[in-house]
Amino acid sequence: MTSLRLFFDPLAPAGLWLGGAFFLLLLLLPYWGGSYVMTVATTVFYLALIGQSWNLMLGFAGLLSIGHALFVGIGAYTAAYLFAAIGLPPIVGVLPAVGLAVLMGLLIGYLGFRFAIGGVYFALLTIAFAEFVRVMIDHASWLGATEGFFLKVTEADRHSVDLVNLRGTPEMYYYLIMALALGALVLCRYLLHSRLGYYWQAIRDDAEAADALGVDVLRYKMYAVAISAGMAGVAGVFYAFYQNSLFPEIVFNIERSIEATLGSIVGGVGTLFGPIFGTFILTPLGEIVTEAIDLLKHWQVIDPETRLDGLKLLIWGFIVVLIVLFKPRGLWPWVCGRLRLIRTEAES
Amino acid sequence: MDFWTLTNAVASGLLIGLVYGLSALGLSVIFGVIRIVNFAHGEIMVMGMFFALVMFRWLGMDPLLSVPLAAGLMFVFGYVLQRVVVSRVSHLPEHMQFLLLAALAIMIVSALLLIFGPDAQGVEVDYAWESFAFGELIIDYPKMFAAIAAVIVASLLLAFFKYTTTGKAIRACADNRMGAQVVGLNVDRLYALTFGIGAACLGAAGAIILLLFEVHPYLAPGYTLLAFVIVIIGGLGSLFGALVGGILIGVSEAIAAILFQPSMKTAFSFGLLILVLLLRPQGLLGKAAR
Amino acid sequence: MSDKMKDMKTSSASRRTVLVGAGAGAVAAAVPLRRGLAASRIKVGILLPRSGPQAQTGIDCQRGADIAPDVLRAMGYPELEYMLGDTETKVDIARAQAEKLIDAGAHVIVGAFDSGQTMAAAQVCEQRNIPLVVNIAAVPKLTELGYKWVFRSFPTGPMIVGDAFRNQKKLFGMNGATPKSVALLHVNDTFGTSLAGALFALTPKFKMPYKIVEKISYDPYGRDFSAEVRKVKAAKPEALWAVSRLNDAIAITKELVRQRVDLMGILSTGPGWYEDAYLKATGKYGNDVINLAPWIDFKKEMARKMRDAFRNKFPGRNMNTNHGYTFDAMLIVADAFKRAGSTRNTDLQTALQTTNITNNTTIGEGIKFNKKGQVPHVPCAAVQNRDGKPLVVLPEYAAVAKPTWPMRPWTKR
Repeated sequence: MTSLRLFFDPLAPAGLWLGGAFFLLLLLLPYWGGSYVMTVATTVFYLALIGQSWNLMLGFAGLLSIGHALFVGIGAYTAAYLFAAIGLPPIVGVLPAVGLAVLMGLLIGYLGFRFAIGGVYFALLTIAFAEFVRVMIDHASWLGATEGFFLKVTEADRHSVDLVNLRGTPEMYYYLIMALALGALVLCRYLLHSRLGYYWQAIRDDAEAADALGVDVLRYKMYAVAISAGMAGVAGVFYAFYQNSLFPEIVFNIERSIEATLGSIVGGVGTLFGPIFGTFILTPLGEIVTEAIDLLKHWQVIDPETRLDGLKLLIWGFIVVLIVLFKPRGLWPWVCGRLRLIRTEAES
Repeated sequence: MDFWTLTNAVASGLLIGLVYGLSALGLSVIFGVIRIVNFAHGEIMVMGMFFALVMFRWLGMDPLLSVPLAAGLMFVFGYVLQRVVVSRVSHLPEHMQFLLLAALAIMIVSALLLIFGPDAQGVEVDYAWESFAFGELIIDYPKMFAAIAAVIVASLLLAFFKYTTTGKAIRACADNRMGAQVVGLNVDRLYALTFGIGAACLGAAGAIILLLFEVHPYLAPGYTLLAFVIVIIGGLGSLFGALVGGILIGVSEAIAAILFQPSMKTAFSFGLLILVLLLRPQGLLGKAAR
Repeated sequence: MSDKMKDMKTSSASRRTVLVGAGAGAVAAAVPLRRGLAASRIKVGILLPRSGPQAQTGIDCQRGADIAPDVLRAMGYPELEYMLGDTETKVDIARAQAEKLIDAGAHVIVGAFDSGQTMAAAQVCEQRNIPLVVNIAAVPKLTELGYKWVFRSFPTGPMIVGDAFRNQKKLFGMNGATPKSVALLHVNDTFGTSLAGALFALTPKFKMPYKIVEKISYDPYGRDFSAEVRKVKAAKPEALWAVSRLNDAIAITKELVRQRVDLMGILSTGPGWYEDAYLKATGKYGNDVINLAPWIDFKKEMARKMRDAFRNKFPGRNMNTNHGYTFDAMLIVADAFKRAGSTRNTDLQTALQTTNITNNTTIGEGIKFNKKGQVPHVPCAAVQNRDGKPLVVLPEYAAVAKPTWPMRPWTKR
């Protein structure tokens, strides 16, 4: 898979400068952005983290998941429950949370492999598991069932920086999720460079050939699934302590799973920077559309009294359709090629 | 639980299952031939529901009478959609097709919200509240008429694929695309026809379902999921399987609701789906080994 | 052009925004140039689900807010200027939109109908020290977590159930028909579960004359309710207690009629059973349903003023809880602002804590928050659907009609 190789090649000078400037801008965001921008940016990094995790499963293990909310939700509920029930701080609670998410991932991944369920069938299997678990938690009164599960936050908590208990200011959450998302990026990059990464590529290029050469296909696929589910579990722990309230209908909603895929697909599946790049396009895109509609109303182009609920998503959906039709390999490879962000001779 | 309670639930599940089956047929036809999973399935059906609603409000037409019109309109919609948009992604990997159709689904919902607003709306036919009884077995008219209509539409569709030249050509395409091209069939046109037929199915199903339930723009995702479950259980691509899957889901949800908490019944559908995927991934009536 | 419209225009002029594009990633976001205004008017950020699955109710709530500025001005309250935020029925968007409204200069947030989204907004308001006046959200935890900036005049689940019991006893006493057995049929969502839980917790305390013979919960995404209603029929209850959203309420009513389930009455604790769309869809069969819910008291002057404005602006629609409580939330804001005389957050907070409004639109003695920011007792009404209109039948001081109980059989309508 050449495109995989391509994107962990070193950045070209242009890419270094742009990437560096962008990173600096994000690092200083709390100082120029205001709370709203920071909240949006937090969401963007959160989605980018899940997108990275989703991308790993599809890009490296070849498994299309549309039930990623399941792993996020398991992580969220586990850490939140342990914190509320026995006061286990999330920095420790993240271990069982990730453990459970990984177990669930392995179960689904194994079943999919064992019974040769691929493609859309696997996608539907993940949806089925996510929905099944949602209904189960709907009835789990010890997890608050549909009434919701809540974590207490005190006034002092909001102005502290407590990474052990994940309590603190919005800035703390922002830098934490930024670190997690970038950490996931670095981890993926490292993995791709490792022996594991080469096996993954070999399997992706030709599973049968890899098998014939003695590569344990199941084992390496399961590694990808486990790492992917574990990353989603970490995102879940963050979600639980950022939102402080969990509702199964919200956490396990299929919409959450679809959301997880959008950024990666738009950015470019199987690329390292795709998920983060795609998310950085899509989320602000929605905001830009909202602002544009407001401006049109302000200029009286549209009667200010017209209710245009839904117009934003209509335009947003249209832009996504255009991206699929005209840049089907994702925006990141295209932008890279145009701006020569990556040091490479050929534009794949 | 006593006998009559169960019997009533099963009868009702059977009738509603036929309607679900018709809707699932639309998914199955498209997948069976074009090999694309229509993630905008529920949304296209809800368009059919809104169309029937407009016909009722405007001309006072019974939704059952709008079935052919809704089917025709959605046929055109599906045909154009395949020609203009979906055909361009047929060579792309599955996740891109998924994204395209998911984005189309979002567009349809938003457009419906803009046009019709968020309120739930329905039709008021004379027989909406009527039922008849055989002893303890009570069957209501709307469900019965809906099921009959669904069976008629589904039979027409099955007959179309079995007896007409175009139907046979489409089946040839599904079995072997290359072969179909070699013998000179216009595959692109047949694909567009197929998407049109699948969408027509949904239009018909939508008009029929409007007889039973209120419509609003956000109804769609539930129906998409439901159709997935049915089609996988019956066998993706198997037309008869979709109907059988519909009945199976209708009846098993009804039984689950009676024997357990109804709020758990979707877990049964999804549990059944997981079982079928694992034990018989080609579906109960599917044949093709993947 | 109405005054409110002018207000909205000023608002969007002052909210002119700049788009900040940055690097290849193009993070663009709206940054308000100007914050706050002189204290002659207060900016209210109204946060509601205007799109997404709850759009119908969110937009219905908005109607209550839409009429508030004019009515309140006429009643001597200061100018309200409002800005809209759409949660898209998602918690993360609710959170971001609350931030956006505050960044754009909102002095107070009103919202957000749904418990999850309100919780998300509460996090933001606590963090930013901006008051959140809740219009509707029944989850008890909201005012049990020690929040300092959250104020709610809407009853919690247990309050609704407790008052439902009281009103039921009165109802049975008035007409001498007391059901011995009741089946509970509830939607398995946040609201439904909360009410069902409270119902079982409180039944012993209230010594109700009936037994709950069956408890049936169903999925909020359910479509076909024949099996659920079959289950009700099999339990042979004398009355049905239902907690449903809109579509399920309609479908359940149809099944009850078609499956010929004869009942002494249908007792609902909302929220679908009194909505306009329900009344329209069910026609004569929707009549006689008793809704035990927080409601508007049309005997109060403010409620009548609100009704007049409402009829003007939304002819042909009935008023319900959504409008009353959203209007009241706006009233609470206007009142606090009037007394505070400033838009500073701490002044508003102090004023809100000392709120004492008696001329509000909803049933009860008035609005007075306790230390937790909750109105400690919010009485609910018994509202009966009569000829396609929901009419208050209990408590007596708010009643505009006498209850019909037991309800008329399905076949005699």
